[in-house]
Amino acid sequence: MSWILVNPILIPLVTAVLAYLFRTSPAGRWISVAGTVVLLFASLILMGEVLEHGVIAGQMSNWQAPFGITLVADYLGGVMVVITAITAMATVIYTLAEIPERLERLGFHALLQVLVAAVCGAFLTGDLFNLYVWFEVMLISSFGLLVLGGSKEQLDGGIKYVTLNLVSTIMFLSGIGLLYGITGTLNMADLHLAVREVENAGLLTTIAVMFMVAFGVKAALFPLFFWLPASYHTPPVAVSAIFAGLLTKVGVYALIRSFTLIFDQDVTFTHTILLWLAVATMVTGVLGAAAMNDFRRILSFHIISQIGYMVLGLALFTPLGLVGAVFYLVHHIIVKANLFFVAGVAKRIGGSTDLSRLGGLYAHAPLLAFLFLIPAFSLAGFPPLSGFWAKYVVVKAALDLEMWFVAGASLAVGLLTIYSMTKIWGAAFWPKHPDGIKPRLGDLPAGERVALMAPIVGLAVLTCIIGLFPEPFVQFAETSAEQLLDPTAYVTTVLGVQP
Amino acid sequence: MADDYPKVDRVMGGASGWFSIALPAVLFLYFLGLVPQIAETPQVRGIEWVPSLGIGLSVLLDGLSLTFALLITGIGTAVTLYSARYLGQHPDYPRFVAYLMLFMVGMLGLVLAGNLISLFVFWEVTTIASYLLIGFNADSAKSRRSALQALLVTGTGGLILLAGMIVLGTVAGSFELVEILSQGEMLRDHPWYLAILLLFLAGAFTKSAQVPFHFWLPNAMAAPTPVSAYLHSATMVKAGVFLLARMNPALGGTEAWFWMLTLFGGVTAVFASVMSLRQTDIKQVLAYTTLMALGTLTMFIGAGTHYAIMAAMLFLVVHSLYKAALFLMIGIVDHATGTRETGVLGGLAKAMPLTGLAAALAAVSMAGIPPMVGFIGKEFMYKAGLGLGGFGAIWVTVMIFAASVMMFVVAGIVAWKPFRGELRQTPHAAHEGPWPMLAGPLVLGALSLIFGLFPGILAHYFVGPATHAVFGEVREVHLYLWGGINMALVLSLLTFLAGWLMYRRHEAIRDRLTRIEEGSRVNFDAGWDRVLDGLKALAAWQTRLIQTGNLQTYMAVIFASFTILVGATFLLRGGMGSGINYQADGIHPIQWTVLALIAMGAILATITSSRMTAVAALGVVGIGVALIFIMFSAPDVAITQLLVEVLVVVLVALVMLRLPHLPVRSASGFRAGHAAIAAAFGILSTLVMIAVLQTPFDRRLTDFFEIASWPEAHGRNIVNVILVDFRATDTFGEIVVVVIAAVGAYALLRGAPGARPTPEDEEPAQVAAADKGEKV
Repeated sequence: MSWILVNPILIPLVTAVLAYLFRTSPAGRWISVAGTVVLLFASLILMGEVLEHGVIAGQMSNWQAPFGITLVADYLGGVMVVITAITAMATVIYTLAEIPERLERLGFHALLQVLVAAVCGAFLTGDLFNLYVWFEVMLISSFGLLVLGGSKEQLDGGIKYVTLNLVSTIMFLSGIGLLYGITGTLNMADLHLAVREVENAGLLTTIAVMFMVAFGVKAALFPLFFWLPASYHTPPVAVSAIFAGLLTKVGVYALIRSFTLIFDQDVTFTHTILLWLAVATMVTGVLGAAAMNDFRRILSFHIISQIGYMVLGLALFTPLGLVGAVFYLVHHIIVKANLFFVAGVAKRIGGSTDLSRLGGLYAHAPLLAFLFLIPAFSLAGFPPLSGFWAKYVVVKAALDLEMWFVAGASLAVGLLTIYSMTKIWGAAFWPKHPDGIKPRLGDLPAGERVALMAPIVGLAVLTCIIGLFPEPFVQFAETSAEQLLDPTAYVTTVLGVQP
Repeated sequence: MADDYPKVDRVMGGASGWFSIALPAVLFLYFLGLVPQIAETPQVRGIEWVPSLGIGLSVLLDGLSLTFALLITGIGTAVTLYSARYLGQHPDYPRFVAYLMLFMVGMLGLVLAGNLISLFVFWEVTTIASYLLIGFNADSAKSRRSALQALLVTGTGGLILLAGMIVLGTVAGSFELVEILSQGEMLRDHPWYLAILLLFLAGAFTKSAQVPFHFWLPNAMAAPTPVSAYLHSATMVKAGVFLLARMNPALGGTEAWFWMLTLFGGVTAVFASVMSLRQTDIKQVLAYTTLMALGTLTMFIGAGTHYAIMAAMLFLVVHSLYKAALFLMIGIVDHATGTRETGVLGGLAKAMPLTGLAAALAAVSMAGIPPMVGFIGKEFMYKAGLGLGGFGAIWVTVMIFAASVMMFVVAGIVAWKPFRGELRQTPHAAHEGPWPMLAGPLVLGALSLIFGLFPGILAHYFVGPATHAVFGEVREVHLYLWGGINMALVLSLLTFLAGWLMYRRHEAIRDRLTRIEEGSRVNFDAGWDRVLDGLKALAAWQTRLIQTGNLQTYMAVIFASFTILVGATFLLRGGMGSGINYQADGIHPIQWTVLALIAMGAILATITSSRMTAVAALGVVGIGVALIFIMFSAPDVAITQLLVEVLVVVLVALVMLRLPHLPVRSASGFRAGHAAIAAAFGILSTLVMIAVLQTPFDRRLTDFFEIASWPEAHGRNIVNVILVDFRATDTFGEIVVVVIAAVGAYALLRGAPGARPTPEDEEPAQVAAADKGEKV
């Protein structure tokens, strides 16, 4: 069982080492591609095991929990690893056409693979301090990717990114220390039991809110999200895409995990804070998007807005709310990474990501236009695409609790999302290019065209599949929500004998 | 688009053209075959879709949905045939066909849906298709604006409708229409009834362009004419009316329903009729008459009597037939002459006789003149109106009389004036249209006549079953041309008289209306711009406020948020605890000295303007911490701490030699705020830590490590064993961090922009210049 759990971390790390050794030859990038393919297989095997057993756990260094470190995968962890592998594969294929040799020589692929390993580690670990370690790995590798190449703008964004995220990491670490102080354990399953023994419940809630702020920075919640719009538009598009897909989602995952498994003692208080943070995040994020005039900046603010929906699902803390949160997570990663990919192609053939310097994509790149509409309308929550179901479930969950204002706000945010998506469509696609350029996909070299478009097509197909046949995904999210709301299986699998 | 009809290789749009014609035609025949069966017994068929969420792709086939389906596919066939010739040579024709087919599928799904949520899914599909079709002439800014306006107005309504549907489904316990429609009494008595009704009306009124949400529809005429004929007249805009009709058994029949619908519908009908007289572009004239029809339909569905519902269903068919024909007709005229202005067109009858015939058939029906089906439609509307009790009867009858009079005038403007008299000079010489474009309007016009002569077919197969479906109860429906001399007939004759008088003076009336409109300050379209501008301003304002680009502000906000949220929790949830001792007793004077040292170092680091001093001050803090470690007998940790501190100070000092001087610090008020945040943060952290330290520590893990370290892990230094064995995975991760930090730093040094500038480096600067977002 252990190897199945270790593989998604180990494979990208081994790939990173190999890719770094061969960074000066074309072999490096192909090793990177192969690594993600192997990772995808490994993640699917993991998912298969999870589907069979419900929850699987492996004790690292063979020390029984809670004394050692446990890796554990339940439905949520498993699907996050799968979606990470898919995003990684799409990104690496995309980089074949986007990342110049200069960056490859500096170790681009190694950094990317380490990032993927860290993200997988964060999704799989069952130990709070180990989660912190993966956060650190994620932070340092993402910072490396962000400033690689070292343009002034990248450095400016990078500094803000790393400073604000370090603050979050320190808050996280302080929280861990304090929680350990009152419970004496770090294993999350063990914590689930230990927090029930804590006498000073108010102190526990205080520490819970510290975690909320720390993870809130990572997840880009209001008013902690500044680092995201400051940095996401600066690096190469492939980097933006994988960041947009995965990084904030690790924060959301950490929120979901900790506020279902550990901090479920004072739900009326903690989850009410989460609720209003979520609503504020949705609203400020989408207004930010509406104010932007750059393809990637609009997309960046949208991440924030959509994070709000996910956290809202968690904050509602009903089975349907968590179904919404899980469904939203998966849907969003696919759609958002894809939109960044499209932005990259638009920049490549249209010459810019600034909407006032783009145009003509509808007339001259009809395939790209079509492939933009799928994730864009999905993000805007139009049926029958994946985003509709995500939004529908969250809104229904809010209405079921008779939270009219919250439901109304999330619908209004949906409208503004439509508006800002049409802003891109109405500037980059419909009108003529201001410089008279005819942005054609056909003008790209054949190989690059395939490398750029294959990930976009693949992710768009996934979006359509989830949209048209949502039932298995909804069922999956339902089981996942059950596991989150009743972590008995999780706890016994981690602390009990290995299955 | 070509001015004439040149012969190119892609006659009739090629394969996509033929496909687009065949699909609706085949579907039309299929639905036609279902008519006799469905007229007797409605059917429900179910397909599973998302059973976990109670959403199915069930199909509800009854008189209402089948009548709509036939209109959609029948007019769809006429429109696609027409478009193949009208747009067949357009470079984007295949995409046009794709959108049109997407729309047709969406619209069919909408009317056939037997589940509220799947109905909504298709509802939104029609919205998307409409957006793409209105913006089909993407080069035109006007098209793009109109498309966006239609999308946002109907999209807003759609989202509100979704909320209404979810609430209704929750109240009814199912999303299946059959279940919902059978619970009308319970729903109408439910405390949430009014809320549900208003949410549904928001959806229906925006989609069906009722005043004050009407303004998007005339603008939607920016779409190619076949689209206007199909979506924005015959089918899509009737989706709102369809929804009202569909929900009538569940939500209808209350006072609120009656007045909301008759008021909005009546005002829309009359307002639109007046506005149609004001237009000079015939397509705009027709757009406003469509609004009038939508208002009329809403009004009669709201009136809710059996007669009123029957009048609505009859008028639904009547209007679709004549309006689609008129739109297609004006498209031919526009195509042939290059203009749609009433003032320019004249005497076309000789040059375009068949077009004239189609126009005449449709317009006579629109004017409500016998023996066209439009006459029957008008008669029954009068009867239904007069049959209502009380003030409702007066309101509905007056509204429908006013609207009918003006429809008579409009019929003259669009189909009499352009064709009579001498042929006028137009941008292109007028000539007859080709058969694919004429077929649709002629057939539709002929149907207006046939149904007028044989209203029994219409009553038995369409209006009757549809009325049953909407009214929820089976009653005999009987349509006839001649109903004897009665009040309705008198009103009809009055309508003709008034209409004829007004037509003679319609130009004067138009000038008058133009003056009124120009003097009026109420302009919905401009209001829309203001709303959108306001929204943009709000968005820009809040984003400037939040995303300032200043890292210090960001840090301050994050620390302040932490302090407020955690501090409030600590105070409100009793985290401070009752048994916790916050007294600072038991601290040795030497410890106090070290603490003072640390505090001084920290304060100095924040107030100095020299980088070097700041670094040295931080070094003092670090050494102070190391001293504390020593006092509490952790020499190994202290040594590590000392080494790190020294290294950091040395390295940073080295780097500083190459850095420019610090800029002048900001205003003192600013710094006072930061100092307050920092102090509060520090105090809070201390208090929480004291509280934590006074809770009894659970030594399970520590005990285990002490016991297992030597016998099981073969190491005497517990800390080392924890690092390399018990928690080796953490250490592994930390090693990765160090390696990656090295790789990253090396890359940053090697890839510094000073070395080799590349295009990648220059591009983002452009972005920054264009969009002043982030700056330090």
